[in-house]
Amino acid sequence: MSKLKIRIRGLKKYFGPKKVLDGIDLDVETGTGMVVIGGSGTGKSVLLKSILGLITPDEGSIEIDGIDVLKAPVRDARALRQQIGMLFQNGALFDSLQVWENVAFGLLAQKKVSRVKARDVAVEVLAQVGLGADVARLSPSELSGGMQKRVGLARAIAARPAIMFFDEPTTGLDPIMGAVIDELIVDCVKKLGSTSIAITHDMASAQRIGDMAAMLYEGQITWTGPAEELLTTTDPVVDQFTHGRAHGPIKMALRK
Amino acid sequence: MRLLDAVAWLGAFVLAMVEYVGELAVFALAGVSHLLLPPYFPRQIGRAFMEIGYFSLPVVALTALFTGMVLALQSYTGFSRFGAESAIASVVVLSVTRELGPVLAGLMVSGRAGAAMAAELGTMRVTDQIDALSTLSTDPMKYLVAPRLLAGTIALPLLVLLADILGVMGGYLVGVYKLGFSSGGYLTSTFSNLEAQDVISGLIKAAVFGFVIALMGCFNGYRSRGGAQGVGAATTSAVVSASILILALDYVLTQVLFVK
Ligand SMILES: Nc1ncnc2c1ncn2[C@@H]1O[C@H](COP(=O)(O)OP(=O)(O)OP(=O)(O)O)[C@@H](O)[C@H]1O
Ligand SMILES: [Mg+2]
Repeated sequence: MSKLKIRIRGLKKYFGPKKVLDGIDLDVETGTGMVVIGGSGTGKSVLLKSILGLITPDEGSIEIDGIDVLKAPVRDARALRQQIGMLFQNGALFDSLQVWENVAFGLLAQKKVSRVKARDVAVEVLAQVGLGADVARLSPSELSGGMQKRVGLARAIAARPAIMFFDEPTTGLDPIMGAVIDELIVDCVKKLGSTSIAITHDMASAQRIGDMAAMLYEGQITWTGPAEELLTTTDPVVDQFTHGRAHGPIKMALRK
Repeated sequence: MRLLDAVAWLGAFVLAMVEYVGELAVFALAGVSHLLLPPYFPRQIGRAFMEIGYFSLPVVALTALFTGMVLALQSYTGFSRFGAESAIASVVVLSVTRELGPVLAGLMVSGRAGAAMAAELGTMRVTDQIDALSTLSTDPMKYLVAPRLLAGTIALPLLVLLADILGVMGGYLVGVYKLGFSSGGYLTSTFSNLEAQDVISGLIKAAVFGFVIALMGCFNGYRSRGGAQGVGAATTSAVVSASILILALDYVLTQVLFVK
């Protein structure tokens, strides 16, 4: 068994009386793609944001490279988290900047490259996500939703982070572009040896980009297994979810 | 029972107040400390200057011009009853430099730039852009807040300097073309009673107001929650709180700067 890149134990996050995360245990091995599935509003985005330090959990531990970022000194935790590139669910592009400045933002912020060089890199990465050089000078508000998503993806992977988080990378894309993006994610993870966590509602996509999969249900990870088994497992919750059955253990009323 | 309720309400109110002031102080300190430590973001600073300073020029200029004009007209009404028309030029220049320039410019800039700041940062907050900054090795306090604090503190005194000049000009126009003063006479009595201290203390006030406008704009925007409605509420509180603080601080600063 290879080394664990991310190890989460007993992670809890309550918003008031609402127990969103209620004891999450999750292991992600170095160089693998983990897919997290679960109903709308079950806390998938909250889970990613907790690992990123954007939300402070109430309890539990989050280890990155074996160090608990919730207990480590701020500086160390920040350094560990800097390995993570994140694609936000809504893109979260900076609308005061042009598309290429968005994509190159991380590179420019670290002041490792000149603006000219950063621009070239941005155009290159944009091409990888299927966007032409003419898009580089536009402002994010001039793009379609799907294009914004791809720019967000380009921004997340531009600095070639060791860990990549994708919050619904293919939602809002047409099936072909979805497949292209999946391929790109697989490429990133395999070629760069990156570790990824992707949230998705798309089972075809889950099987393409995931080595492993985890089901988030009622604040806990109720099932983990190889991504190929998502559609064949006998776990009743996963079975109902992946096949989209209206009847089963998951009750709509529970999804507040 | 009624009394207890009232006491409980008062207690909760005071606690909330203390919490708010505490959070504001921490926010201000963090913002200022980021100003002092590298890295700096010159582009962001330049942009903040444009938004707070440059784009406020027309509003502030017009406000100052009309204020000077109306001051001259109003004081003529009063002073002519005592045969003290010659004091009009001094009244205009002293009111504008010491009081009306900084306060009116502060209120106008708060309504323009403070509101815009709160709306922009608020939108960035609710659309995850502020979160996105920190995932791209950039501290949002340093990238968004510090440049605005700096720009506010420096841009407002510059605007007020312009307001001083235009306010005096407004008084001059009314004095000379409407009230029949001689051009030389009006200017002489304008400058004979003016001391450097009058202008400088006005500029000090302006620097404080500029900081307050940027601080309230950023603070309210940065903390906003809950979509478009939250951003709207943040914008309103940014303008209201900055305006009240400007008026209150104006009194405090006048006390500190003028009373000997
Ligand atoms: N900042 C917050 N304050 C209060 N409640 C929150 C906050 N963020 C998230 N929640 C709540 O946490 C729950 C989980 O939200 P989250 O965004 O993680 O869902 P999700 O699993 O990503 O859903 P989706 O698939 O629709 O994106 C929701 O019920 C939401 O109302
Ligand atoms: Mg989500």
